[in-house]
Amino acid sequence: MLSKPFFGYTQPKFQYELLSTKLPRPAITTQPATVTLLLPREMGPNPSPILKPGVKVRTGQRLTWDENPGPAVVSSVTGTITGISAHLGDYGRKFTAIAIAVDPKDDWDKQFAETRGDLTLQALTAHLTGAPGAPPLETIANATRPIETIVIYGGDTDLLVDTNLYVLKSQTAAIEQGIKTLKKVTGVERIIMMVPGDSFQNFDGHFGADVRAVPNSYPQGQPLMIYYRLFGRILEQGQTFEGQGVVFMRAEAVASIGKAVTDGRVPMEKIVTVVDKQGQKKVFAARIGTPVGNLLKAMNITLADRDRLIFGGPMTGTAVYSEELPVLPDTDAILVQDSHDVVLSSDYPCINCGECVRICPANVGVNVLVRYLEAGQYQEGANLYDLYSCVECGLCSLVCVARIPILQYIKLAKFELAREVPAEEENE
Amino acid sequence: MNSQNKLLVSHAPFWHIGTAVPARHYNTIIAALPAILMGLSVFGVPALAVMSMSIASAIGWELIYTKIAKRPNTLGDGHAVMIGTIFGMLLPATLPWWAVVTGTFVAIFIGKQIFGGIGSNPFNPAVLALAIISISWKNHLDFDAQLVHFNFDFNAAHPLVALKAFGPEVVQGYSLTQLFLGQQVGGIGSTCGLALIIGGLYLIIRGFVRWEIPFAFILGLFITATLFHMAAPERFAGPMFHLLTGYTLIGAFFLATEDATSPVYPLPMLLYGALGGIMTILIRNIGSYPDGIIYAILVINLINPLVDKIRPKAIGKVA
Ligand code: SF4
Ligand code: SF4
Repeated sequence: MLSKPFFGYTQPKFQYELLSTKLPRPAITTQPATVTLLLPREMGPNPSPILKPGVKVRTGQRLTWDENPGPAVVSSVTGTITGISAHLGDYGRKFTAIAIAVDPKDDWDKQFAETRGDLTLQALTAHLTGAPGAPPLETIANATRPIETIVIYGGDTDLLVDTNLYVLKSQTAAIEQGIKTLKKVTGVERIIMMVPGDSFQNFDGHFGADVRAVPNSYPQGQPLMIYYRLFGRILEQGQTFEGQGVVFMRAEAVASIGKAVTDGRVPMEKIVTVVDKQGQKKVFAARIGTPVGNLLKAMNITLADRDRLIFGGPMTGTAVYSEELPVLPDTDAILVQDSHDVVLSSDYPCINCGECVRICPANVGVNVLVRYLEAGQYQEGANLYDLYSCVECGLCSLVCVARIPILQYIKLAKFELAREVPAEEENE
Repeated sequence: MNSQNKLLVSHAPFWHIGTAVPARHYNTIIAALPAILMGLSVFGVPALAVMSMSIASAIGWELIYTKIAKRPNTLGDGHAVMIGTIFGMLLPATLPWWAVVTGTFVAIFIGKQIFGGIGSNPFNPAVLALAIISISWKNHLDFDAQLVHFNFDFNAAHPLVALKAFGPEVVQGYSLTQLFLGQQVGGIGSTCGLALIIGGLYLIIRGFVRWEIPFAFILGLFITATLFHMAAPERFAGPMFHLLTGYTLIGAFFLATEDATSPVYPLPMLLYGALGGIMTILIRNIGSYPDGIIYAILVINLINPLVDKIRPKAIGKVA
């Protein structure tokens, strides 16, 4: 898909997609026969009587594991539950998968509409965390330290993806309403809206937020990069954005909040950019929980053995193993890669060519860092070679001559170090 | 939720720019070809024999090592071939086969593998090998003694040896143009400045070598030689003579730029190169070796990890 030009002296540069001013209407997929919802908790004993095969659920109905407070998911369709099973996500995150056979006609649940009169953060959190864009309301509600700033990113963090910019341009009113609501229910005064530089002029001043431009080159839209741009800081070991009083949100999440407030219904239609093997794109609106295969079919994409199916963009997405997996609230893009375009990484050692160092936007000393990480010396890598300055853009892996999975090593190192912190605290 | 197809699951990023390690080495060999061909045309069949022996034995040692150490076979990455090629380029056309084979043994086993293989070698393997065999068999590495039975249609004394022995007057006996075109005694692939520059520029344009190192190397050498020459023209030759003789240009473009032993940041690259150039002239002018490149490069290899610590601050790092 990409190849190094004959004149290899210059560094490759990537620009985010900028939509043309004429916005296409998203292609609406036909109603799927089944949807799968992922409730973000593992299965436990005593499930609520609703969570049983054969039970009918309404569109917008809140589903929880049991009566105790805990995570919820909102049904995106009306239909009959056909199965409850365990599902393992990335980095060991556990879910309960709820499969629902879809009825053709929506029967809307009234519960959210009833809470509309007095909107609280709790009410929004209860219904909207699984809405398109995955509004991080739970994070705001549960933060140990008060959230001071909400950063809304109006562009997309990865290449090829059109989703958030599309929402920003096509759902301006909903976003405005969403920002208003956010201010009211969270009490957060400082809402910063970051938009890609070249679309800046059109948006200045509409939103009731502090609108700022982000350069349009990759990886300026990565949350860690934006955080650095705004606050001049990085996240140190063990720190989180919310621990620093900051929450990031997709533009789509804000639009979801706005729409929910205006319509009295939890929005169900997720905008997804689908990119086929040739790089052709289409923007879809699909019910959350729709099997990805449905979208592929709508674009006439057929998968073969050893092809790659990716949730998210080419630089930071996640490869998945099945086209049966559902569209999730944060699935901004689905990328299909032909097996011929797949370049495998290797276990070859670093030859110290320095390509990674020269392309790194964060000035990480990747060539030495990777040696520490390969040896499993994560803490040394963090102390001596700036592991935590990495914004996880993947450019180093993109150019690595030895094809070392550098970004994988970096993420693994951060993950392992994060796991160590609680263990150490327990020991004290 | 299983697919009917077996999809490939791996981690981001899902694009790669397409570069690979073998391409780097093969391109270095391609870049070396003009200089080797010029050498072969000047020194003839014996040079061809030495080059072949050097490449073949380097491959052989690599193979033997990977067998003994039970490592995956790495011949395909072209690194051993490249070491053999570069090492051969430094040798006189008359070096006996056993010395060549010993040299590549040193390069592959001691220079590269015992430090952990490709990317981990602290010294340029070919340079280390040459340093060791030239200490071991001084006479065989004496170009004048070795090439005495050759008939050249140019001044057949090694320019730097002559300079060391007789002072800067000998410079008159050489034409700079002839030196530039490879009409001089020296290593098989290290005499033709023109061909080496062409190869070097090829590597720079293709992005396999960064301009900073050769540029700083040549500049450092040039300035230092000029200063010496201006201070005492009767004792020290001028900069052009130094630039076009001995291993200078192969050093600047092919030896100092070796990946594992050279820095990756701009300022360190400039310092590293410049220091190499300065060291070379210091050794040539006040040391006892006629050509200082080999030792200068070993020295800068040694300081590489130090200079490469001068790096830009990562984002978020204040101190
Ligand atoms: S280390 Fe790699 S992934 Fe991290 S910021 Fe630098 S180039 Fe990006
Ligand atoms: S690009 Fe890969 S091989 Fe080159 S220095 Fe970086 S990690 Fe090493």
